Amino acid sequence: MKIGVFVCHCGSNIAGTVDTAQVAEAARALPGVAFATDTMYACSEPGQEGIIDAVKENELDGVVVASCTPRMHEATFRRTVERAGLNRYMFEMANIREHVSWIGKDMESNTNKAADLVAMAVAKLRENRLLFPKKFDINKRVMIIGGGVAGIQAALDCAEGGLEVVLVEKTTTIGGKMAKLDKTFPTVDCSSCILGPKMVDVAQHPNITLYAAAEVDDVSGYVGNFKVAIRRKQTYVDWNLCTGCGLCMEKCPSKKTPDPFNEFVGTTTAINIPFPQAIPKKASINAETCIMLRKGKCGKCAEVCPTEAIRFDQKEEIAHEEVGAIVAATGYDLFDHSIYTEYGGGRIRDVITSMQYERMLSASGPTGGHVKRPSNGEEPKSVVFIQCVGSRDKSVNRPYCSGFCCMYTAKQTILTKDHIPDSQSYVFYMDIRSPGKNYDEFTRRAMEEYGARYIRGRVAQVYEKGDKLIVRGADTLTGTSIEVEADLVVLAVGAESTRGASALAEKLRISYDTYGFYMESHPKLKPVETNTAGVFLAGCCQGPKDIPSSVGQGSAAASKVLTLFSKDQLESDPQISQVDIKRCIGCGKCISTCPFGAIKEIDFRGQPKAEVIETVCQGCGICTSTCPQGAIQLQHFTDNQILAEVMSLCPPLLEKSFE
Amino acid sequence: MSEARTFGYYPGCSGMGTSMEYERSTRAVCEALGIKLVDLEDWSCCGSTPAHTVDHVLSAALSGRNLSIAESMGLDTIITPCPSCLTNLKTATHRMENPAFKQKVDALLDKPANNTVTVKSVLQVIYEDVGPETIRQQVVRPLSGLAVAPYYGCIMNRPPDVMQFDDPENPIAMDEILSALGADVVPFGLKVECCGASHGIAQKDVVTTLSGRLIELAYAENAMAMVAACPLCQMNLDLRQGQINAANKSRYNMPVFYYTQLIGLALGLPEKQLGFDKLAVNPDKVLRAIQEQSHVAQ
Repeated sequence: MKIGVFVCHCGSNIAGTVDTAQVAEAARALPGVAFATDTMYACSEPGQEGIIDAVKENELDGVVVASCTPRMHEATFRRTVERAGLNRYMFEMANIREHVSWIGKDMESNTNKAADLVAMAVAKLRENRLLFPKKFDINKRVMIIGGGVAGIQAALDCAEGGLEVVLVEKTTTIGGKMAKLDKTFPTVDCSSCILGPKMVDVAQHPNITLYAAAEVDDVSGYVGNFKVAIRRKQTYVDWNLCTGCGLCMEKCPSKKTPDPFNEFVGTTTAINIPFPQAIPKKASINAETCIMLRKGKCGKCAEVCPTEAIRFDQKEEIAHEEVGAIVAATGYDLFDHSIYTEYGGGRIRDVITSMQYERMLSASGPTGGHVKRPSNGEEPKSVVFIQCVGSRDKSVNRPYCSGFCCMYTAKQTILTKDHIPDSQSYVFYMDIRSPGKNYDEFTRRAMEEYGARYIRGRVAQVYEKGDKLIVRGADTLTGTSIEVEADLVVLAVGAESTRGASALAEKLRISYDTYGFYMESHPKLKPVETNTAGVFLAGCCQGPKDIPSSVGQGSAAASKVLTLFSKDQLESDPQISQVDIKRCIGCGKCISTCPFGAIKEIDFRGQPKAEVIETVCQGCGICTSTCPQGAIQLQHFTDNQILAEVMSLCPPLLEKSFE
Repeated sequence: MSEARTFGYYPGCSGMGTSMEYERSTRAVCEALGIKLVDLEDWSCCGSTPAHTVDHVLSAALSGRNLSIAESMGLDTIITPCPSCLTNLKTATHRMENPAFKQKVDALLDKPANNTVTVKSVLQVIYEDVGPETIRQQVVRPLSGLAVAPYYGCIMNRPPDVMQFDDPENPIAMDEILSALGADVVPFGLKVECCGASHGIAQKDVVTTLSGRLIELAYAENAMAMVAACPLCQMNLDLRQGQINAANKSRYNMPVFYYTQLIGLALGLPEKQLGFDKLAVNPDKVLRAIQEQSHVAQ
C-alpha cells in the first residue's frame, strides 16, 4: 500500500509549537509511506489540490492528514480523497492541534507526540478496507414537538414547504408562553394579536396534523425513518364533537379550579377552554377538581353540551406516527422564586412573579387588565421590580443569564405607567442586558420617558410592614443601602429547562447540558442541529431566548428539514457492526448489550446466530467489546485496526488475527 | 410521649447572669416535655463573640474542651439555649473536620475531642424531637389573644451549612411552636435581622437604630410582645428599650419574652419557675390579657 502523509501548519496554530517538517520527515520512514510533506493550510483550496495532485502523481492508495480534530474537517478531507479517485474510507486523520499543539508548549515533546500520532494513523490506514454506503428512502414527514412560537413557526414553514407536519403539544392548546404575554418588547404590540393568526394558520393548514394534550412516549428508528408513539392524554371530551361553544364552562359548578394559563392568579372552572384564542378551541376537564370524576355526581356539562361531547370514561390512547425528521421545540419553564425565601415569594401575597404580573396586565386576564394588589385588590402606586431572580446566581445553580428579563421588566415598567399614571416603578438590577435591535433604546425610554427608577444592586430582603412592603437593597452606584416602600413587588424570574426535558432528550438520543438545555451540534456553525441526524432544535429548549430569536430558530430548523428532505434517498453510514457468521456462537451477549436494539437473533442452518440491522446500528461499538469470540466487528474500527494503532506505539506481542 | 430523651446541657455564661430567666424556664420546660438534661461537669466559657475574632484555633479549643468533657461523660448530643454558644460549639466541630486544624486544637487540650458529639440548640430539639403537635396536646393554658412577633436573631440559623437547622432567611420553628401554644403569630419580616449585638457598649447608636427598627416593625404588625431565643437579642430589645426610646424619641413598651417562658406558661408551669419578674419591660398587662382571654374561652 502506498500512503501519503500531509502535516498541516494550521498557520501558527500547529507550526507554532510543533516542528511540522520534522513530523513529515519521521513519517517518510514509516512502512507503506510513499509520500510525506508539510503544508500551510491543508483544508484550504490549494491545500486540498496539493493532496489530490500528490495522490495522482504518486499513485497513492491512502492519505493521512495530521491537522485538527476530525469533528472539524474529517468530512472535508474525505471529499478530497474521493475527488482524487480514492474510497473515502482510505483516509485517516491525526489530531495534532487539539491533542498536541494547543495543550503544550514544549516543541520537542510536541513534535515527538505528533510523530507518534501520525505513526498510529498510518498503521491504522494500512488495515483499512474500502467501505461503501448504502442508500435508503426518506419518509418526508416531519414531527415538531412543542407548540410554542418556535414550534408554530417551524410547523408553518415546513407545511408551506410542502411537507406533512405532525405537531405535538403537551397542553390543551398551542401558543406556549407567548400566548400568556400581554405585550411584547420592544414594540409594545399585543402579543396575542400577532401570535393568534399564526395559531389559526396552524389549525387551518391542510398539511398540519395537531396533537394537543399529547406527549411523545417513545421514539425509534433513524434519520429518514423515525417511528414515534404519541400518548394522547384524556381530556374527558370528544374533541371531534366539541365545537368550543363554552356552554359547559358557564354551567360548571366547580369554579375554584387552579388556572395554570393565568399563572394561578385567578381560578377557572373544572371544564374549561384555557383562553378565548385557544387552538384547538376545545374544552377539557380537570380531573382533580371535577365533581363528577371525584364524587360520581354532577354531570352538568354533559347535560348542557349541545353536541353530547362529554366522555367521563375517556382513557388515554397511544397514536403512532412515522416521520423522517423531528424538531424539538419544547421551550422553557420559569424559575421557582420561592427558593429565595428572603423575597417572601409564595408567602407574602403582594410578591408576585413577572408572568403573574403579565396576566394581570392582560385585558383577557383574570383581573380584566386591572393591576391589583392580591392582598386587598387595591391599585398599587409603588411597584418594585427585582431582576435576576434565578439568573446569574450560582447559589441557586443558575449561573447563566436568562437573556430576556431585562427587557420584559422594562416593558412592564412602561405598561405600569400606562395603566396607573400616578404610579412609580423601581427596578433593582445587576446590569442592563439589552443587545437586540432597538432594545437599548427601549430600556432608555422606560427610564427617561416613563420615569422608572433604576437602582443598581441586589435586594437583600422584602418584608411586610402593616399593609406595605419594605424592599431593602443595596445601591452599588452610590455605595449605600436603600429601602423602598412598595405596594407590589414583581420578581423577574429567569428561565430554566422545561420539566421532563432530559427524559425527552434521552428518547430522542440527543445531548443536554447540566441545566437540561439541549445541546446544539456546534455552538456557532450548527446552531439548530443535534448530534443525532434528523433531529433539530428550535427555541428555548436549546437555551433562553426572546421571541425574535425563537422564531428565527424555528425557521432555521424548518429550512434544515427541507434541505434534508430535498433528496429522495439518504446514504447510510457504513461504519457499523458486522457479524462473522463462522465465528459467532449465538450466545446473544451482543443482543442484550446493544442500546439501540440493532442486533437480532437469526437461525442459520439450525444454529442461532447474531445479525446486525444495518439501518438501526449507530456504530457505537459496544457489541464489539462484548463479543467473547471477536466475531462482531465495527467496520472502520475493527480490533485489527485498533491493535495496529497500539502496536505502532508498543512492540507487537500478539500476532493473532481477530477477523 | 415516649420515654425521656437525654442530652448533655450547656447553659452558657449568660444563663448564670443576664438571662437567668431563659436558663430557668428552659430547664422547667425541658422537664415538662420529657427532655432530660445532664449538665456538663466543669464546663468552661465558649469564648463568646470575642474569642473567634482573635484566633480561630484558640476559640475552637475552648469549645473543644467542652466537647471532650461531653465525650468522657458518654453523651452523644449537647444542647444549649444560647445561639452564641451554639455557633461556637458548631463552628468548632465544623472546623475540626479539617485534620490539620484539629491537630492544632488538640495540641492545646489535655484530652482532645473526637468529633463524636452532635450540637443542637434547645429550640431545635423542642421543634424536631418533641414537635409542635405534641406541645399542642400538652397545652393547658392556651395563649389565645396574644399577638407575638417571633425574633430569631441573626446567628441561630446562619451560616446554613454549619447550623443545618430551619431556613436561614425565613425560619419557622418558633412560629410553629408559638402557634401550637395558641398565640397569634404576626408576620414578622425581620426575624433574622441583626439587633446590634454587642455594639451596645462600644457604639450604642448602632443598637438603638437596629433594635429600634425591630420593635417598630413589631408595633406596625400589631404585636403585643416580641419573642426571642437569644440572651443578647433579648437584652438589647428589653433592657435597652429605654435607651432606644430616648434615642429614637419613641414610646415603646413592648415586653420581650423568651420562647421558653411562653411554652412554660402555656404548659401551666408555676410562674416563679419562668422568671417573668426578671424582664425589664413589665409584661403583666400583656400576661393578664391572655388570662382574661382564656377565662372567656372557658
